Amino acid sequence: MFPLDFLNNSILLSGVEIGTHFYWDIGDISLHGQVFLVSWFVITILLILAFLGTQNTARIPQEWQNFMESVIEFTQDIAKNQLGESFYRPWVPFISTLFLFIFGCNWAGAIVPWKLLILPEGELAAPTNDINTTVSLALLTSMAYFYAGFSKKGIGYFKRYIQPTPILLPINILEDFTKPLSLSFRLFGNVLADELTISVLVLLVPLIVPLPIMGLGIFAGSVQALIFSTLAAAYICEALE
Amino acid sequence: MDSIIAGASVIGAGLSVGLAAIGPGIGQGTAAGQAVEGIARQPEVENQIRGTLLLSLAFMEALTIYGLVVSLALLFANPFAS
Repeated sequence: MFPLDFLNNSILLSGVEIGTHFYWDIGDISLHGQVFLVSWFVITILLILAFLGTQNTARIPQEWQNFMESVIEFTQDIAKNQLGESFYRPWVPFISTLFLFIFGCNWAGAIVPWKLLILPEGELAAPTNDINTTVSLALLTSMAYFYAGFSKKGIGYFKRYIQPTPILLPINILEDFTKPLSLSFRLFGNVLADELTISVLVLLVPLIVPLPIMGLGIFAGSVQALIFSTLAAAYICEALE
Repeated sequence: MDSIIAGASVIGAGLSVGLAAIGPGIGQGTAAGQAVEGIARQPEVENQIRGTLLLSLAFMEALTIYGLVVSLALLFANPFAS
Protein backbone atom coordinates (compact mmCIF):
# COMPACT_ATOMS: atom_id res chain seq x y z
CA MET A 1 0.00 0.00 0.00
CA PHE A 2 2.98 2.27 0.43
CA PRO A 3 3.29 3.46 -3.19
CA LEU A 4 -0.37 4.44 -3.31
CA ASP A 5 -0.09 6.39 -0.08
CA PHE A 6 2.96 8.12 -1.44
CA LEU A 7 1.08 9.02 -4.61
CA ASN A 8 -1.84 10.41 -2.63
CA ASN A 9 0.44 12.45 -0.45
CA SER A 10 2.31 13.87 -3.39
CA ILE A 11 -0.94 14.85 -5.07
CA LEU A 12 -2.03 16.55 -1.88
CA LEU A 13 1.28 18.38 -1.75
CA SER A 14 1.01 19.51 -5.34
CA GLY A 15 -2.54 20.80 -5.43
CA VAL A 16 -2.86 23.80 -7.73
CA GLU A 17 -4.03 26.67 -5.57
CA ILE A 18 -4.70 29.98 -7.23
CA GLY A 19 -6.90 32.69 -5.87
CA THR A 20 -6.88 31.21 -2.37
CA HIS A 21 -5.04 33.28 0.18
CA PHE A 22 -4.10 33.07 3.81
CA TYR A 23 -6.03 36.16 4.90
CA TRP A 24 -5.08 38.32 7.85
CA ASP A 25 -7.89 40.66 8.83
CA ILE A 26 -6.71 43.90 10.39
CA GLY A 27 -9.64 46.23 10.91
CA ASP A 28 -11.43 46.51 7.58
CA ILE A 29 -8.40 45.49 5.56
CA SER A 30 -7.67 41.89 4.67
CA LEU A 31 -4.04 41.15 3.87
CA HIS A 32 -2.53 38.24 1.99
CA GLY A 33 -0.57 36.71 4.85
CA GLN A 34 1.50 34.23 2.83
CA VAL A 35 3.03 37.07 0.80
CA PHE A 36 4.06 38.89 3.96
CA LEU A 37 5.56 35.79 5.56
CA VAL A 38 7.77 34.96 2.58
CA SER A 39 8.79 38.58 1.95
CA TRP A 40 9.80 38.91 5.60
CA PHE A 41 11.85 35.76 5.14
CA VAL A 42 13.56 37.27 2.07
CA ILE A 43 14.15 40.59 3.82
CA THR A 44 15.68 38.77 6.81
CA ILE A 45 18.06 36.86 4.57
CA LEU A 46 19.10 40.02 2.75
CA LEU A 47 19.64 41.82 6.07
CA ILE A 48 21.71 38.92 7.45
CA LEU A 49 23.85 38.91 4.30
CA ALA A 50 24.35 42.67 4.51
CA PHE A 51 25.22 42.39 8.20
CA LEU A 52 27.72 39.58 7.57
CA GLY A 53 29.25 41.53 4.70
CA THR A 54 29.86 44.64 6.77
CA GLN A 55 31.21 42.89 9.87
CA ASN A 56 34.99 43.35 10.23
CA THR A 57 35.43 45.22 6.97
CA ALA A 58 38.99 44.89 5.82
CA ARG A 59 41.04 46.60 3.16
CA ILE A 60 41.53 43.27 1.43
CA PRO A 61 38.02 41.80 1.36
CA GLN A 62 37.58 38.24 2.55
CA GLU A 63 34.76 35.73 2.79
CA TRP A 64 31.38 37.45 3.19
CA GLN A 65 32.70 40.92 2.49
CA ASN A 66 34.19 39.65 -0.75
CA PHE A 67 30.90 38.02 -1.75
CA MET A 68 28.79 41.05 -0.93
CA GLU A 69 31.18 43.37 -2.74
CA SER A 70 30.89 41.33 -5.91
CA VAL A 71 27.11 41.34 -5.58
CA ILE A 72 27.02 45.11 -5.17
CA GLU A 73 29.42 45.54 -8.08
CA PHE A 74 27.04 43.53 -10.24
CA THR A 75 24.00 45.61 -9.29
CA GLN A 76 26.06 48.79 -9.66
CA ASP A 77 26.87 47.74 -13.22
CA ILE A 78 23.15 47.42 -14.01
CA ALA A 79 22.64 51.05 -13.02
CA LYS A 80 25.87 52.21 -14.67
CA ASN A 81 25.10 50.54 -18.01
CA GLN A 82 21.74 52.30 -18.29
CA LEU A 83 22.23 55.63 -16.58
CA GLY A 84 25.80 56.37 -17.62
CA GLU A 85 28.88 57.24 -15.63
CA SER A 86 27.80 60.70 -14.45
CA PHE A 87 24.24 60.08 -13.21
CA TYR A 88 24.22 56.53 -11.91
CA ARG A 89 25.47 56.96 -8.34
CA PRO A 90 22.30 58.33 -6.61
CA TRP A 91 20.23 55.54 -8.14
CA VAL A 92 22.43 52.61 -7.15
CA PRO A 93 20.57 51.96 -3.85
CA PHE A 94 17.16 51.92 -5.54
CA ILE A 95 18.19 49.68 -8.44
CA SER A 96 20.16 47.36 -6.15
CA THR A 97 17.26 47.03 -3.74
CA LEU A 98 14.85 46.22 -6.56
CA PHE A 99 17.21 43.63 -8.01
CA LEU A 100 18.08 41.95 -4.72
CA PHE A 101 14.50 41.86 -3.45
CA ILE A 102 13.01 40.46 -6.65
CA PHE A 103 15.88 38.02 -7.05
CA GLY A 104 15.47 36.88 -3.44
CA CYS A 105 11.70 36.52 -3.85
CA ASN A 106 11.95 34.51 -7.07
CA TRP A 107 14.62 32.20 -5.71
CA ALA A 108 12.87 31.81 -2.37
CA GLY A 109 9.82 30.63 -4.28
CA ALA A 110 11.82 28.35 -6.59
CA ILE A 111 14.28 26.78 -4.14
CA VAL A 112 12.73 26.59 -0.67
CA PRO A 113 10.25 23.67 -0.40
CA TRP A 114 7.41 25.75 1.04
CA LYS A 115 4.80 23.09 0.30
CA LEU A 116 5.99 21.14 3.32
CA LEU A 117 4.54 23.90 5.50
CA ILE A 118 0.78 23.64 5.27
CA LEU A 119 -1.27 26.75 5.86
CA PRO A 120 -4.98 26.65 6.69
CA GLU A 121 -5.69 28.32 3.33
CA GLY A 122 -3.51 29.24 0.38
CA GLU A 123 0.14 28.27 0.20
CA LEU A 124 3.53 29.82 0.75
CA ALA A 125 5.23 30.70 -2.54
CA ALA A 126 7.26 33.46 -4.11
CA PRO A 127 5.85 36.85 -3.03
CA THR A 128 6.18 38.00 -6.65
CA ASN A 129 3.44 35.58 -7.73
CA ASP A 130 0.94 37.92 -6.11
CA ILE A 131 -0.04 40.80 -8.40
CA ASN A 132 -0.11 43.23 -5.45
CA THR A 133 3.63 42.84 -4.83
CA THR A 134 4.61 43.41 -8.45
CA VAL A 135 2.22 46.33 -8.90
CA SER A 136 3.62 48.04 -5.84
CA LEU A 137 7.18 47.54 -7.11
CA ALA A 138 6.18 48.90 -10.54
CA LEU A 139 4.43 51.93 -9.02
CA LEU A 140 7.54 52.60 -6.93
CA THR A 141 9.50 52.61 -10.18
CA SER A 142 7.03 55.09 -11.72
CA MET A 143 7.35 57.38 -8.73
CA ALA A 144 11.12 57.08 -8.90
CA TYR A 145 11.34 58.19 -12.51
CA PHE A 146 8.88 61.05 -11.98
CA TYR A 147 11.00 62.15 -9.02
CA ALA A 148 14.15 61.89 -11.15
CA GLY A 149 12.63 64.00 -13.91
CA PHE A 150 11.22 66.68 -11.62
CA SER A 151 14.34 67.00 -9.51
CA LYS A 152 16.48 67.39 -12.63
CA LYS A 153 14.32 69.71 -14.75
CA GLY A 154 11.57 71.03 -12.50
CA ILE A 155 8.38 71.91 -14.36
CA GLY A 156 10.22 71.65 -17.67
CA TYR A 157 9.88 67.91 -17.32
CA PHE A 158 6.45 68.18 -18.96
CA LYS A 159 8.09 69.33 -22.18
CA ARG A 160 8.88 65.66 -22.71
CA TYR A 161 5.22 64.95 -23.46
CA ILE A 162 5.17 67.10 -26.62
CA GLN A 163 8.71 66.27 -27.54
CA PRO A 164 8.83 65.12 -31.16
CA THR A 165 5.48 66.73 -32.05
CA PRO A 166 2.43 67.71 -29.96
CA ILE A 167 0.42 65.13 -31.94
CA LEU A 168 2.08 62.40 -29.89
CA LEU A 169 0.79 63.85 -26.60
CA PRO A 170 -1.85 61.13 -25.97
CA ILE A 171 0.63 58.37 -26.70
CA ASN A 172 3.21 59.91 -24.40
CA ILE A 173 0.65 60.16 -21.60
CA LEU A 174 -0.49 56.60 -22.26
CA GLU A 175 3.10 55.45 -21.92
CA ASP A 176 3.14 56.50 -18.27
CA PHE A 177 0.35 54.01 -17.63
CA THR A 178 1.63 51.19 -19.80
CA LYS A 179 5.10 51.24 -18.23
CA PRO A 180 4.04 50.12 -14.73
CA LEU A 181 1.39 47.85 -16.26
CA SER A 182 3.85 45.95 -18.41
CA LEU A 183 6.51 45.88 -15.66
CA SER A 184 4.13 44.38 -13.14
CA PHE A 185 2.41 41.94 -15.52
CA ARG A 186 5.72 40.69 -16.88
CA LEU A 187 7.12 39.79 -13.48
CA PHE A 188 3.82 38.45 -12.12
CA GLY A 189 3.08 36.39 -15.22
CA ASN A 190 6.53 34.87 -15.47
CA VAL A 191 6.73 33.84 -11.82
CA LEU A 192 3.16 32.53 -11.74
CA ALA A 193 3.63 30.70 -15.04
CA ASP A 194 6.71 28.93 -13.68
CA GLU A 195 4.94 27.85 -10.51
CA LEU A 196 1.85 26.74 -12.43
CA THR A 197 3.90 24.68 -14.87
CA ILE A 198 5.76 23.03 -12.00
CA SER A 199 2.61 22.23 -10.02
CA VAL A 200 0.80 20.85 -13.07
CA LEU A 201 3.81 18.69 -13.96
CA VAL A 202 4.15 17.50 -10.37
CA LEU A 203 0.47 16.63 -10.43
CA LEU A 204 0.99 14.50 -13.56
CA VAL A 205 4.42 12.96 -12.85
CA PRO A 206 5.62 13.51 -9.28
CA LEU A 207 9.20 12.32 -9.85
CA ILE A 208 12.19 13.64 -11.81
CA VAL A 209 10.25 15.01 -14.82
CA PRO A 210 9.58 18.44 -13.22
CA LEU A 211 13.28 18.92 -12.39
CA PRO A 212 14.36 20.59 -15.68
CA ILE A 213 11.40 22.96 -15.44
CA MET A 214 12.46 23.82 -11.88
CA GLY A 215 15.94 24.61 -13.22
CA LEU A 216 14.34 26.77 -15.89
CA GLY A 217 12.36 28.47 -13.12
CA ILE A 218 15.53 29.34 -11.25
CA PHE A 219 17.09 30.75 -14.43
CA ALA A 220 13.94 32.68 -15.37
CA GLY A 221 13.69 34.10 -11.86
CA SER A 222 17.17 35.59 -12.03
CA VAL A 223 16.61 36.91 -15.57
CA GLN A 224 13.33 38.54 -14.54
CA ALA A 225 15.01 40.28 -11.61
CA LEU A 226 17.70 41.53 -14.00
CA ILE A 227 15.07 42.69 -16.51
CA PHE A 228 13.01 44.52 -13.92
CA SER A 229 15.96 46.42 -12.50
CA THR A 230 17.41 47.16 -15.96
CA LEU A 231 14.08 48.52 -17.16
CA ALA A 232 13.67 50.61 -14.00
CA ALA A 233 17.12 52.09 -14.66
CA ALA A 234 16.25 52.67 -18.32
CA TYR A 235 13.03 54.50 -17.42
CA ILE A 236 14.87 56.68 -14.92
CA CYS A 237 17.50 57.43 -17.57
CA GLU A 238 14.74 58.39 -20.03
CA ALA A 239 13.33 60.87 -17.51
CA LEU A 240 16.77 62.35 -16.84
CA GLU A 241 17.68 62.94 -20.47
CA MET B 1 -21.29 29.13 -13.16
CA ASP B 2 -23.44 28.97 -16.28
CA SER B 3 -22.17 26.11 -18.44
CA ILE B 4 -22.02 28.24 -21.60
CA ILE B 5 -19.97 30.88 -19.81
CA ALA B 6 -17.69 28.18 -18.40
CA GLY B 7 -17.17 26.57 -21.80
CA ALA B 8 -16.57 29.89 -23.55
CA SER B 9 -14.12 30.94 -20.84
CA VAL B 10 -12.08 27.74 -21.12
CA ILE B 11 -11.96 28.00 -24.94
CA GLY B 12 -11.05 31.66 -24.68
CA ALA B 13 -8.33 30.92 -22.14
CA GLY B 14 -6.78 28.29 -24.39
CA LEU B 15 -6.96 30.54 -27.45
CA SER B 16 -5.53 33.56 -25.65
CA VAL B 17 -2.30 31.78 -24.72
CA GLY B 18 -2.07 29.91 -28.02
CA LEU B 19 -2.56 32.96 -30.24
CA ALA B 20 -0.36 35.15 -28.03
CA ALA B 21 2.47 32.63 -28.40
CA ILE B 22 2.63 32.82 -32.22
CA GLY B 23 4.01 36.31 -32.73
CA PRO B 24 6.59 36.31 -29.96
CA GLY B 25 7.71 32.84 -31.08
CA ILE B 26 8.52 34.11 -34.56
CA GLY B 27 10.09 37.25 -33.12
CA GLN B 28 12.27 35.41 -30.63
CA GLY B 29 13.41 33.00 -33.31
CA THR B 30 14.46 35.86 -35.57
CA ALA B 31 16.21 37.68 -32.73
CA ALA B 32 18.11 34.60 -31.56
CA GLY B 33 19.12 33.74 -35.12
CA GLN B 34 20.46 37.24 -35.72
CA ALA B 35 22.32 37.14 -32.41
CA VAL B 36 23.99 33.86 -33.35
CA GLU B 37 24.96 35.38 -36.68
CA GLY B 38 26.42 38.39 -34.89
CA ILE B 39 28.40 36.20 -32.49
CA ALA B 40 29.70 34.07 -35.37
CA ARG B 41 30.88 37.20 -37.13
CA GLN B 42 32.36 38.90 -34.06
CA PRO B 43 32.95 36.43 -31.22
CA GLU B 44 34.66 39.09 -29.08
CA VAL B 45 31.41 40.99 -28.38
CA GLU B 46 29.54 37.86 -27.32
CA ASN B 47 28.79 39.14 -23.83
CA GLN B 48 27.23 42.39 -25.01
CA ILE B 49 25.15 40.57 -27.59
CA ARG B 50 23.97 38.07 -25.01
CA GLY B 51 22.88 40.83 -22.63
CA THR B 52 20.94 42.69 -25.31
CA LEU B 53 19.43 39.46 -26.58
CA LEU B 54 18.18 38.41 -23.14
CA LEU B 55 16.66 41.84 -22.57
CA SER B 56 14.85 41.88 -25.91
CA LEU B 57 13.72 38.27 -25.49
CA ALA B 58 12.13 39.24 -22.20
CA PHE B 59 10.32 42.10 -23.92
CA MET B 60 8.90 39.72 -26.51
CA GLU B 61 8.06 37.12 -23.90
CA ALA B 62 6.02 39.75 -22.06
CA LEU B 63 3.49 39.67 -24.92
CA THR B 64 2.83 35.98 -24.38
CA ILE B 65 2.64 36.61 -20.68
CA TYR B 66 -0.14 39.15 -21.24
CA GLY B 67 -2.09 36.42 -22.98
CA LEU B 68 -1.35 34.13 -20.04
CA VAL B 69 -2.60 36.74 -17.58
CA VAL B 70 -5.80 37.09 -19.58
CA SER B 71 -6.32 33.32 -19.59
CA LEU B 72 -5.59 33.09 -15.84
CA ALA B 73 -8.14 35.82 -15.22
CA LEU B 74 -10.67 33.88 -17.31
CA LEU B 75 -10.00 30.63 -15.47
CA PHE B 76 -9.51 31.66 -11.87
CA ALA B 77 -10.97 35.16 -11.50
CA ASN B 78 -13.71 35.14 -14.10
CA PRO B 79 -15.62 38.43 -13.99
CA PHE B 80 -18.70 36.93 -15.70
CA ALA B 81 -19.21 34.09 -13.24
CA SER B 82 -21.77 35.53 -10.86
